[in-house]
Amino acid sequence: MTAMWCALPALGVIALWLIFQDAIILKLITAQLPEGVRSLPADELSLVLNDVRNLVAGNVTAEVVDESVRAAATEYTRLRGISHMALTVLVMVMAIATVLFVRSRITPDLRARNRVEQVVEWMLLACSTIAVFTTIGIVLSVAFEAMRFFAIINPLDFVFGTSWSPQMAIRADQIGSSGSFGAVPLFAGTALISLIAMFISVPIGLYSAIYLAEYAHPHFRTWAKPLLEVLAGVPTVVYGFFAALTIGPALRGWGESIGLDVASESALAAGLVMGIMIIPFVSSLADDMISAVPQSLRDGAYALGATRSETIKQVVLRAALPGIVGGVLLAVSRAIGETMIVVMAAGLAANLTINPIEAVTTVTVQIVTLLVGDQEFDSPKTLAAFALGLVLFLVTLALNVLALHIVRKYREQYE
Amino acid sequence: MSNTNKPRLTAKETQALVGRSIRRRYWAERRFRAYGLSAVVAGMAFLVYLFFVIFSNGIGAFRQTQILLDVYYDPAIIDPLGTRKVEDLQAADYQAVIRAAMKARFPDVEGRAATRELTRLVSGSASFDLQRRVVSDPDLIGRRESQWLLASDAVDLFMKGHVERALPENQRPLSDSQFAWIDELRAEQAVALKFNKTFLTTGDSREPERAGIWGAVVGSFLTLLLTLLLSFPIGVAAAVYLEEFARRNRWTDLIEVNINNLAAVPSIVFGLLGLAVFIAFFGLPRSAPLVGAMVLTLLTLPTIIIASRAALKAVPPSIREAALGMGASKIQTVTHHVLPLAMPGMLTGTIIGMARALGESAPLLMIGMVAFIVDIPKGITDSATVLPVQVFLWSDSPERGFVEKTSGAIIVLLAFLVVMNTTAVILRKRFERRW
Repeated sequence: MTAMWCALPALGVIALWLIFQDAIILKLITAQLPEGVRSLPADELSLVLNDVRNLVAGNVTAEVVDESVRAAATEYTRLRGISHMALTVLVMVMAIATVLFVRSRITPDLRARNRVEQVVEWMLLACSTIAVFTTIGIVLSVAFEAMRFFAIINPLDFVFGTSWSPQMAIRADQIGSSGSFGAVPLFAGTALISLIAMFISVPIGLYSAIYLAEYAHPHFRTWAKPLLEVLAGVPTVVYGFFAALTIGPALRGWGESIGLDVASESALAAGLVMGIMIIPFVSSLADDMISAVPQSLRDGAYALGATRSETIKQVVLRAALPGIVGGVLLAVSRAIGETMIVVMAAGLAANLTINPIEAVTTVTVQIVTLLVGDQEFDSPKTLAAFALGLVLFLVTLALNVLALHIVRKYREQYE
Repeated sequence: MSNTNKPRLTAKETQALVGRSIRRRYWAERRFRAYGLSAVVAGMAFLVYLFFVIFSNGIGAFRQTQILLDVYYDPAIIDPLGTRKVEDLQAADYQAVIRAAMKARFPDVEGRAATRELTRLVSGSASFDLQRRVVSDPDLIGRRESQWLLASDAVDLFMKGHVERALPENQRPLSDSQFAWIDELRAEQAVALKFNKTFLTTGDSREPERAGIWGAVVGSFLTLLLTLLLSFPIGVAAAVYLEEFARRNRWTDLIEVNINNLAAVPSIVFGLLGLAVFIAFFGLPRSAPLVGAMVLTLLTLPTIIIASRAALKAVPPSIREAALGMGASKIQTVTHHVLPLAMPGMLTGTIIGMARALGESAPLLMIGMVAFIVDIPKGITDSATVLPVQVFLWSDSPERGFVEKTSGAIIVLLAFLVVMNTTAVILRKRFERRW
């Protein structure tokens, strides 16, 4: 109890102090700078202040350091020393004061344990709300920037426009790159690649789940299942490298040998590799769902003379269908949100096509392309990434909610 | 089931009919089973092929070509004024030292163009090695020693068998005369593949023969350590609250749904959050492990919370009842009895979450951990990069030599992942308890 009362207020003071210390010291220093410097516009002033801070930290940026900056730096160091000293004294005083205060409160009637536990419980509650705050943070930050984007670009143009070229003119008189933000090619590209991935992963994942759950010897199952799941543990950047290095050129070579012109960054290459990555998601979810089907259903089918495969196809899979659909939806949302594979193996050109051997681009590729590198937060180019992020978040969220709902309903059915 | 329109089948006919259909059905059965097996085999074949490609490409990254040269530390080149000052030693033209050594090795090479071709056998960065040697030991000046020098990218590729000699001269990185010199060096065993210490101990570089992963490893380590420090306590606290304290009501339902959904949000969205909130709003430094760790914490929290809750659920209620019955408070029950019993499960979940965080790169691209960084990061606010992002950066480089480095970095990354996952499996096996 005493320890807690001693520590909590003191920690709070330290945190507040450290947060505000820098701002206050900077204010003081700015006031001391020469008149000419002080009247500079805000961003130039911050450059000067940065110089001061660099000087304090010991990395000299400019060759010739202005005398006023040097003076400010010494002042900064001095003030920071004072501030730390003051902080130490204040914290000590507070700690001692609270100790004395709490001491006087301690009586045989005090339910100290209950009080402490109340506080601990509140702290635990705070930790558990971080998940909620994360969601709120995502929604607010992404939606806020997206709103700014939609204030510049008409949302209808964004959702239904068919031409995507986010390069904005740097100078006003520049021709030909006014920037257009029609996101349909991106949505189509994402859908195409996800579709190819699903064509690979759903049959393979489903069949391996059926085999492992219904046919495989337990011995085989114990090592085959984890081995398949290794596919899910491989970092996606490795798949991206694999797709770009091996699958892309190989597909191009095969295409040439049968007279097809396969783009080296084709949707097919990215989709294939993404499909491989998703196999374990589908198979382990389907495995769970198949195992959840009660044995009595199978026994009933066997008793009617059905073979094993007939039982599986006509009884088990039908009973497990909602769960499997839920699992596939989760896998789809995974495919839509997958970034590294498409960044490395799919193209940048926003083609509106359903031809899998052409290069397409996806929502995630564009987010990465728009945001990597230098950026400022007021150009539509940067803000477009947040609008795309909002779409991505909403679509995957909807898929997840739907899938989790289906899976939960399905689980309840057999519990 | 009597069908009046058809004449009744005799027993024999029925038997024949059933026999035929049985054969057909058994065939279908076997076919179905074969599909299943081939699906499993296909999955594993992909896995094996993936690993084969990575390893066959990457194993070369751990060896590099070096050339043995008689280096004469000529005082006239290194320190013509004889000051022995560090600045002068650093500024000297070590490329000239190497050129002289090469010319001494092949005295019959004449002309500027030929000399330039000859010096190109040695990496352009070999001069830095000499510089470092001389600066740390100025007594070398004026002496002569046999020194293994880093060979250039092209020679390295040739020694590893990636250069076709049969190609026309303008389509390969090495010229005919360069081949002749290499052959001569090889005959005297003055060029050899050696263990690549550079790759494991240095930071990034524009030159493939000089590029290393140590900077990325340190960046990954700092980021991961911070992620662990942030996410483990928060995750465990959240799980304890939800499992042990929370009454079931709307609020806790909301938290639960939230956690489950967050687990399936694309990681790049977390990167957007990090960019908009941590960097743009709070003004934290870009490219820093601190911000990376904060983003990864949010990313791994759902995994840790879900695993920890499962571990807490597995602790039988009788333990709690016994503790409460002995007069322990709720917190005491949890901290003294429930948590220690659930700890192995929680740790397993945390390690798995950390393994996922280690392989994650998309959100880190968003917060700018993609810069070209040569220095090894020293703190959590230094610019840094992490292993998967390093892989991404190298895979973008056009030089052929980087393909090998990329695969090599992937091998290191996979090795870390294997170690972490094995630890998790062993933990689970050793401490798994059935009540």
